[in-house]
Amino acid sequence: MENQIFELQYAMDTFYFLVMGALVMWMAAGFAMLEAGLVRSKNTTEILTKNVVLFAIACTAYLVVGYDIMYGGGMFLKDIALDGAANADALTATVLAESAKAGFGGDSVYSNASDFFFQVVFVATAMSIVSGAVAERMKLWAFVLFAVVMTAFIYPMEGNWTWGGGSVFGLYSLGDDFGFSDFAGSGIVHLAGATAALAGVILLGARKGKYGPNGEVNAIPGANLPLATLGTFILWMGWFGFNGGSVLKLGDIANSNLVAMVFLNTNAAAAGGVIAALVIARMLFGKADLTMALNGALAGLVAITAGPDTPTPLMATIIGAIGGSLVVFSILTLDKMKIDDPVGAISVHGVVGIWGLLAVPLTNDGATFTGQIVGGLTIFVWVFVASFITWYVIKMIMGVRVSEEEEFEGTDLSECGMEAYPEFTGSRGSGL
Amino acid sequence: MKLVMAIIKPFKLDDVREALSEIGVQGITVTEVKGFGRQKGHTELYRGAEYVVDFLPKVKIEAVVGDDLVDQVIEGIQKSAHSGKIGDGKIFVSTIEQAVRIRTGESGDEAL
Repeated sequence: MENQIFELQYAMDTFYFLVMGALVMWMAAGFAMLEAGLVRSKNTTEILTKNVVLFAIACTAYLVVGYDIMYGGGMFLKDIALDGAANADALTATVLAESAKAGFGGDSVYSNASDFFFQVVFVATAMSIVSGAVAERMKLWAFVLFAVVMTAFIYPMEGNWTWGGGSVFGLYSLGDDFGFSDFAGSGIVHLAGATAALAGVILLGARKGKYGPNGEVNAIPGANLPLATLGTFILWMGWFGFNGGSVLKLGDIANSNLVAMVFLNTNAAAAGGVIAALVIARMLFGKADLTMALNGALAGLVAITAGPDTPTPLMATIIGAIGGSLVVFSILTLDKMKIDDPVGAISVHGVVGIWGLLAVPLTNDGATFTGQIVGGLTIFVWVFVASFITWYVIKMIMGVRVSEEEEFEGTDLSECGMEAYPEFTGSRGSGL
Repeated sequence: MKLVMAIIKPFKLDDVREALSEIGVQGITVTEVKGFGRQKGHTELYRGAEYVVDFLPKVKIEAVVGDDLVDQVIEGIQKSAHSGKIGDGKIFVSTIEQAVRIRTGESGDEAL
């Protein structure tokens, strides 16, 4: 009887992990729609191409070496099949032994394959953050090349130092020495993605016409706000998997209650983010800026991601609201610094990611401000330096930016050879 | 035959169409256009940055009518498209040399 309960627990925790992973996978659709909505229509096909290609590259590169660097398991995942058991018959015995050792309420025992699946969609999320910030001017293949390095090496390295429990180049351990706590990845995923984006944007420069010679900031309105809104809602929904899945276990009362609490807090923080961003945008600009409200929702979500398990619902709302406020000021400040980020990714995921890390000790006694700062700095410095070198090498080899004429015509034509909305192509085959 | 071309505010299109139908105009051509006049453009806001929209959306109406109807048509458009605010648009009239109905080959006033 006990063994059968353990088998059910294994099945439930694995199933839960897979469904949460599928929700996070869906965030790729959210990023694609958000970014497609906030760029001009002449760059739509190209940004969609980047989004689907980066997802595929993240999955492949992480499968080949990324997961091995972060958690072990061998190149091409050769050691993770059957949870390390010799054959299918031995799998049950192996799992039961592991479950008995962990105990019913102890550490989660789930399929290793489900663990890979859950982890790989996080890598894709980190990479998705980059595509929005460099939109409308970066060469497609330069981006693709960077995606390979980011998902095979840069992200898995810092992932190993944090969730993987490894030490930073043998110098110190973030977990053991500093008690660094990042529940679902405000720092490990979001700050990392934003930092890679920042390094890219610095080398890439602003879109033509974004900043005037006398310091004026020109608006370049996004082409499709319904898509941007849909994308935000999709991300919001996917985030329940992102944070909820990071509990890692559903199969006992304490943990399933914790999952419910994480869902609740994640939702509360997003709501707080929207309200704060919208109110502040209204006070600053005199109008209700939808794009700021959308960024506010994501900022709330990023802010709560480092610790959705410990705050009260009120505290979660406040953490999200502070994130939503920060993001508006951050976007305006980055524009003053001429760091051109068409979708606000660096502000949403980077600046608010740092806030998320710093908010953890407010409600979690296990974390300290020192530990959070050291952890955040470690991630930032590593990702920035490694990304900057990578972008720089790519720039030397093939260039990272399309020509001025191509940028004017739109990257849809120069990079993909097709428009997103080809309505006026002539009489043959156009349906006109 | 005269071509009456009017640039009007888009929200007035239905009123103008009704007015012209009452007068007996058999057909009009409508185009969405953009431009500026004394109203100039207006400013919009995106993520905290103001930008000027130089060209405002308007609707262009073209109607070819017989000489007997011209004055009524002009008056009808002027009244129905009138809001009294800047940007109401303009009416232009020019002479048409010939008109042919493609289906029947009728020409001149018969084709209108």
